[in-house]
Amino acid sequence: MALLNIEIDGQSTQVESGRTVMDAARKLGIKIPHFCYHRKLSIAANCRMCLVQVEKAPKPLPACATPVVEGMKVQTHSDYAVKAQKGVMEFLLINHPLDCPICDQGGECKLQDLSVGYGGGASRYQERKRVVSNKDLGSLISTDMTRCILCTRCVRYGQEIAGIMELGVGGRGEHSEILAFMDLTVDSEVSGNAIDLCPVGALTSKPFRFKARSWELADHPGVSPHDGLGTNLEVQVKLNREVVRVLPRNNDAVNECWLSDRDRFSYQALHSEDRLTRPMVKRNGQWVEVQWAEALQAAVDGLDAVRKTHGPEALGALLSPHQTLEELFLAQKLMRELGVHNIDHRLRQTDFSLDPLQHGAPWLGMPVADWSALKSCLIVGSALRQEQPLLSVRLRRSAGQGARVHLVNPFADDLAMPLGAQLIGKPSELPGLLAQVVQAVAQRKGMPMPAALQPLSSGQPSAQADAIAESLLRESGSAVMLGHLAQHHAQFGTLYALAQALAQLLDCPMGVLGEAANSVGAYLAGAVPHRGPLGTHAATGLDAQAMLRTPRKAYLVMGLEPQLDSADPAATLAALQSAECVVALTAFKGQAPEWATVLLPVAPFTETAGTYVSMEGRVQSFNGVLAPQGDARPAWKVLRVLGNLFDLSGFDFESIADVRTEITPDLSVVVPQTLGNGLSGLPPLKVRASLGTIERIGDVPVYHADPLVRRSPALQATRLAQTVQVTVHPQLGQRLGLAAGVTVRVRQGDGTAELPLAFDAGIPEGCARIPAGHPLTAGLGDALGMVALEALA
Amino acid sequence: MSITVYVPRDSAALAVGADEVAAALQEQAAKRGAKISLVRNGSRGLLWLEPMVEVVVNGKRLAYGPVAPEDVAGLLDAGLLEGKAHPLALGDIAEHPYLKNQERLTFARVGITDPLSLEDYQAHEGFAGLRAALKLAPADIVQQVLDSGLRGRGGAGFPAGIKWKTVLGAQAAQKYIVVNADEGDSGTFADRMVMEGDPYMLIEGMAIAGIAVGATKGYVYIRSEYPDAVKVMEAAVERATAAGFLGDSILGSGKAFRIIVRKAAGSYVCGEETALLESLEGKRGIVRAKPPLPALAGLFGQPTVINNVLTLAAVPFILARGPKAYADFGMGRSRGTLPFQLAGNIRHGGLVEKAFGVTARELIETYGGGTESGRPVRSVQIGGPLGAYLPDSLLDLPMDYEALAAKGAVLGHGGLVVFDDTVDMAEQARYAMEFCAIESCGKCTPCRIGSTRGAEVIQRLQAKPAEAPVQAKLLRDLCDTMLNGSLCAMGGMTPYPVLSALDHFPEDFHLAAPKHQAA
Ligand SMILES: Cc1cc2nc3c(=O)[nH]c(=O)nc-3n(C[C@H](O)[C@H](O)[C@H](O)COP(=O)(O)O)c2cc1C
Ligand code: SF4
Ligand code: SF4
Ligand code: FES
Repeated sequence: MALLNIEIDGQSTQVESGRTVMDAARKLGIKIPHFCYHRKLSIAANCRMCLVQVEKAPKPLPACATPVVEGMKVQTHSDYAVKAQKGVMEFLLINHPLDCPICDQGGECKLQDLSVGYGGGASRYQERKRVVSNKDLGSLISTDMTRCILCTRCVRYGQEIAGIMELGVGGRGEHSEILAFMDLTVDSEVSGNAIDLCPVGALTSKPFRFKARSWELADHPGVSPHDGLGTNLEVQVKLNREVVRVLPRNNDAVNECWLSDRDRFSYQALHSEDRLTRPMVKRNGQWVEVQWAEALQAAVDGLDAVRKTHGPEALGALLSPHQTLEELFLAQKLMRELGVHNIDHRLRQTDFSLDPLQHGAPWLGMPVADWSALKSCLIVGSALRQEQPLLSVRLRRSAGQGARVHLVNPFADDLAMPLGAQLIGKPSELPGLLAQVVQAVAQRKGMPMPAALQPLSSGQPSAQADAIAESLLRESGSAVMLGHLAQHHAQFGTLYALAQALAQLLDCPMGVLGEAANSVGAYLAGAVPHRGPLGTHAATGLDAQAMLRTPRKAYLVMGLEPQLDSADPAATLAALQSAECVVALTAFKGQAPEWATVLLPVAPFTETAGTYVSMEGRVQSFNGVLAPQGDARPAWKVLRVLGNLFDLSGFDFESIADVRTEITPDLSVVVPQTLGNGLSGLPPLKVRASLGTIERIGDVPVYHADPLVRRSPALQATRLAQTVQVTVHPQLGQRLGLAAGVTVRVRQGDGTAELPLAFDAGIPEGCARIPAGHPLTAGLGDALGMVALEALA
Repeated sequence: MSITVYVPRDSAALAVGADEVAAALQEQAAKRGAKISLVRNGSRGLLWLEPMVEVVVNGKRLAYGPVAPEDVAGLLDAGLLEGKAHPLALGDIAEHPYLKNQERLTFARVGITDPLSLEDYQAHEGFAGLRAALKLAPADIVQQVLDSGLRGRGGAGFPAGIKWKTVLGAQAAQKYIVVNADEGDSGTFADRMVMEGDPYMLIEGMAIAGIAVGATKGYVYIRSEYPDAVKVMEAAVERATAAGFLGDSILGSGKAFRIIVRKAAGSYVCGEETALLESLEGKRGIVRAKPPLPALAGLFGQPTVINNVLTLAAVPFILARGPKAYADFGMGRSRGTLPFQLAGNIRHGGLVEKAFGVTARELIETYGGGTESGRPVRSVQIGGPLGAYLPDSLLDLPMDYEALAAKGAVLGHGGLVVFDDTVDMAEQARYAMEFCAIESCGKCTPCRIGSTRGAEVIQRLQAKPAEAPVQAKLLRDLCDTMLNGSLCAMGGMTPYPVLSALDHFPEDFHLAAPKHQAA
């Protein structure tokens, strides 16, 4: 790329041809006032605030839309440039209310900042300001449309980044205004970014509205506790008492400048009524609040009694992958020191056949940033936008630049991006469909299907499978990814082996999408039954399913809502309720009193220090931003004291840093060596015949994926959260004599749920998509099992 | 043998009853047992004489006009079919002073031929340019257009050949030719007259452009208020395609070119080329930021030539007669001819095609015959609603892009709107702002806000003479921001009429001495 010389305000630099004056100025650290320009959005050049003086140009030129030419000389703050900028600013202020003290954006408004530098005090224009009616955009975004300067950042964001044009411009001239598409709410899984993009106070956070002025806030770095991306947060705390807002912390390698809406709004849960703030024990069937010492002793006594009577194998630990590395490490250490090997964090997983074969921690298989450069990508078993909202954003941009995205999935998903060939089939058919792709790739390469996988192939691959194969083979830059649904699948081992074989044929990365903030960290911490910390050898215990199918007598449960966070809520609840002792470390009370015997209030991610290891293996430590609420304590401290009370040695940690050092003194060096998707052999391969007529597709909706999102009123009020239904192919509905919109009864084992019925031709005929992780379906069984549907009497 | 009689089908003639006149002629001739063959031609552009009836006598076309339906019987009785005398008789129309000294290169056929007759068209040199182009390499066609000096007739005067060269050089599987027939400028109608009066000329020009730059598809974006033009163009495209002048292999050359006619969205700014492209793509007609240039990423993101109707209509002549024949007309860097359109308060409104260099005064006085009201001319707005108002003292300027630019004026699409001495120039200035406020696409700050507030400032100035100097200063600052900051020429040129009115007619703004500080 040719380099061009440019001089801005007397400073010289070189930039690639095709770059703009704005780019060059940013490179030199020269600030040019602007509103519509944003480095992640297309150039609109509509605000005209960035006018600069360019030598030989007859007029001032907009820096954001003026390409650099060789030898260009630019003045950004000459009298000439400032006069042009002031003129535009004066125009914007004619229509803009000058009541910054009552505006929610006050103190962080680009218009306010710039106008202090430019504005001439009282307006020379006397006519009335333009008034624009506000719009109801739903529970996330509040509007003050009179303040809108029509920079269209919010519009371009929807079109270019979020993939859904939720906002648009209506009207012409002075009557132009920002409108929601069809008056719908603005609440896709990533809508909140429009708030950050809005340079004025037209779009603001509804939950944050009038909660605080920006200068009352203390900013703390944080890491998202939701999906495995490792999104960097700026957590804002008011008066050391309350988290009032969460903003993105820019990290181009991870979340760029974006947040998913759950990253942004889940903080509401931190101050929910449902926080557990006192230790509690169940005595003679009654729950009582007690002092910590008493509760801890009750926990130790309860667990120890079972251990002594039934042996350590009667105990089990169910741990949430949303907990920190340190917490998970200490929990498994406590268990293993007690002789217990039944330790797991994979409550939604049902097939553990890979455990003996996999020696590294399963991970994304490639850096997150490389998703921006993908040329072709096959995603197996995933509701991608809901599972990984920001990874979807990256993939969408690649797709916009021509990357081909393919699915092998149990339903046709609207990813709000162009999609290539897809193979859609019932959950039970997924291994067979994926095998076709492997076979097609092998055929195109003139190679036989790997011998071990032969039994999975069935005749000739379909045209769709071949189209996917062609796309994956076309150029380097492909990847094969297993989504959450694939990981929950009853033949996960088979899907994994096929994906692995495919990636080997393609010589491309293969990975698993990290379901939780610390899914990778949980492996590294040793929170699995077959490996100790950092993948060390350990005596093998029971996996999560086994612990629940053959119930234990006592459980340690950390950070989970077992009825919502497990593959089979009914079985899970039954197992827990049959136990003699269940010690729950939890930030929320929820339904815990129904299944626990001791409740220990622990701190959520904002009230403790800790570490998450993201799905790309990025180690990110953070500090608490607030003191724990009530009597809650950081879980690592609670686990340390439990170790002490059990009289175990090696639990004398002074600080969280000591815990980290015990795991390994240098995490960031060791972690990459511990990641690994390779297998030392093949698991038993299964192509399962369907077990009955209606297979359940039980994906976990984005706002029911963890205890925090479930308690954010703003998220719960969104269309995404409000839509809880049984979705089937219209023909299945017809066959069952059920109409769309009616309430149907879902039967699964002994459990039932009643939900409205919806039709979607993108769902295979023998399936019903019924969300998991939701209170309304918590009575049901296996998320990917068989169901029956019937009309209500 | 039947006698050939012409009655125009141009909508300017239809608007004053041409259809009724034609019907009356048929009926009355039949009644008299006279055999006539009625041809519906385009308009000659002598609009005050429409409906103008022509009859062919001894190879000459003798005209009568303006003819009302009730005149027809009398005309026939007086011997119209033999070209006899009558108070409405105009004689040999080719010798009419309005036409005789025009330099009609583009309008050579308009009013003479049957617009939809391919035979007529070819009998008058039609498709000679296309046939010549088919024998040339694409780059040579572009070179001819460059050598002719042809500049865009839509307003900006950008050299057509350079635009074509850029598109020719762009690599893409699909390229487009887009004709800007949105003709929104006040007082203009030449595009419409071409489409209604000589549609094959535009089709030929488009096809040549397509062959030259490698585009196989063309769109004609026609102002929605031109239903007749849409109809004629659609019929002409159909016939030209059927006859092999368009299609997958133009005249068997193996080169493909197809044309699609589209009705415009009804907004002035949709005539701005990038807003036009958005509109053609089915989106809201909003101006796009440049770069990218439409020549590189235009319609549907593909390299696109966008030209005005008159620009493309000039091309067949250039290819048929050679670039020099065209460049021999004109002055300076303004080569060839421009079809001027006389409108407003003028006695003889109509179309006058002259080489560049003619003066506004000559057009208005010699051709236009002065004002319709008979009062003195006070001001002329040239170049549409965004053009400057010229005072009498500047009417001797030659019509040439550079000469006008030097005086802060523009030639635009060649429309002249004349005002007599009763005009209130402050009101005209206010109207310019209001027009912009109504037509602004709303995308950019200076135009969206400036136009509305500009109209208000002028209104306040009109209402409160005491505040005039302060408001005038504010108005000039406001115009400065619009001029310097607007994204497109809509907001960028609205200050032209405003400032020219303020500069040349300060007395209308309650201001004393003329201030010459045009921006
Ligand atoms: C507000 C506005 C309206 C315009 N309207 C027209 C129009 O109606 N017809 C036209 O040919 N060009 C119009 N233009 C000019 C076009 O943008 C463009 O310059 C022209 O179509 C290019 O063709 P040409 O090079 O052949 O002139 C307009 C420009 C502006 C800014
Ligand atoms: S709402 Fe905000 S981001 Fe959207 S156009 Fe208005 S000012 Fe820009
Ligand atoms: S100048 Fe006016 S018409 Fe042109 S882009 Fe700006 S708002 Fe739209
Ligand atoms: S920042 Fe350049 S025009 Fe808005």
